[in-house]
Amino acid sequence: MNISLLDYGAGNLPSVERALRRLGIETDRISTSAGVAKASALILPGVGHYGALIRALDRDGLRQSLVAAIEGGVPFLGICLGLQALFENSDEAPDLQGLEILSGSVRVLRGAVKLPHMGWDQLQVKAGSRLLEGIDSAAYFYFAHSYAVPYSGEERVLKTRATCSYGGEFVAVTETENIFAVQFHPEKSGATGERVLQNFLRNAA
Amino acid sequence: MSLAHRIIPCLDTDGERVVKGVNFVALRDAGDPVALARRYNAEGADELVVLDIAASRDRRPTFLETIQKVAAELAIPLTAGGGIRTLDDARAVVRAGADKITVNTAAVLRPELISELSEEFGSQAVVLAIDAKWDGDFWRVMTTGGRVSTDLDTISWATKGAQLGAGEILLTSVDRDGTQSGFDVALTAAMSKQVMVPVIASGGARWPQHFAEIFCEGAADAALAASIFHDEIQSIRALKEFLADQKIQVRLPC
Repeated sequence: MNISLLDYGAGNLPSVERALRRLGIETDRISTSAGVAKASALILPGVGHYGALIRALDRDGLRQSLVAAIEGGVPFLGICLGLQALFENSDEAPDLQGLEILSGSVRVLRGAVKLPHMGWDQLQVKAGSRLLEGIDSAAYFYFAHSYAVPYSGEERVLKTRATCSYGGEFVAVTETENIFAVQFHPEKSGATGERVLQNFLRNAA
Repeated sequence: MSLAHRIIPCLDTDGERVVKGVNFVALRDAGDPVALARRYNAEGADELVVLDIAASRDRRPTFLETIQKVAAELAIPLTAGGGIRTLDDARAVVRAGADKITVNTAAVLRPELISELSEEFGSQAVVLAIDAKWDGDFWRVMTTGGRVSTDLDTISWATKGAQLGAGEILLTSVDRDGTQSGFDVALTAAMSKQVMVPVIASGGARWPQHFAEIFCEGAADAALAASIFHDEIQSIRALKEFLADQKIQVRLPC
């Protein structure tokens, strides 16, 4: 099977590529709407600034084709910023509009905590998850972010499979039909992260 | 549940081979970076740092190749640095496979470098490395591999660095580095209290108890060591089991 990685200049795209290669998966990098339209499964990696991601999607005319592919049922995995992009907007770049596939806003992590939320943290599993299948509930995942989607609101709660708490409780894993997204970095989360990627691949096949 | 305390092995390289010195001098060969990276990835290291301590221009392509080879072995985050002076230097290191970049001397000389890096890669990717030396009434910032004194106070410099966009402080005690007499708890505690970004303590580790101290009393978010891991004096797995027994939260490898 072939996985298409959306290439808009994100720093962690090669890491995701390397992780998939270790699992024996073929990948290609796509950066045009024609490429998105042809993809059989899509990963949107991301690290860095929300504004940079959204501007890149708009600059390269990828927004419409990406929304069409996701709403058309193409298996999709959003990683970190790739999760955040699915929502409506973000504190990090308030003037920009997200993909609006999921409802809710990305907020800066608040509370008496150091930012970024950097390192290995555990999840609170809220509902049966295809991405987390076979993974110990005490497992650790690697996070590196200062913004997240707060765990609140009926629709968000329904789609959330696991949360993490840092300052407040936020969405760490969300799933609905063909749409999967994680706030942590599976490509940097050791054997546990590899399992998450494998679970996505199985569901994408 | 909270964030695990991180254990980070550090590979000081001359670009190609891992080297180790005492108090920043007396270098000796300590192994192949790729083989060490593979071992640490399997043993449960939480991240890996690779530094080019020679940082000479003509060795740069070799260092980038080393980063590439090391990154291919890792399913954990990789930080790289040493001799990063410009945005272009950083881009090359990130393209080679680093998730984070450390800056040290160049940031002291031109603090705006921190903002430039943070704007391009995000603050989570920018690690401000500081070499600190006790000077009777404050910790003085040293540059150029610990050899050159500055007028900067370590805590003030870190605070400014975080304001400019550094997402983490890699704090090395020049006094303790290579001595195996334990981390500098007072320095790290002062830093952790003052600076609102994660702090990685470095320099002086020998015994598991040193790590327990730096996490509990020093309030470090992560602890870095080199030779005790390279020379197999201390295994990462056994260290983490020791810390877990002390009720210090760590990620135990599966």
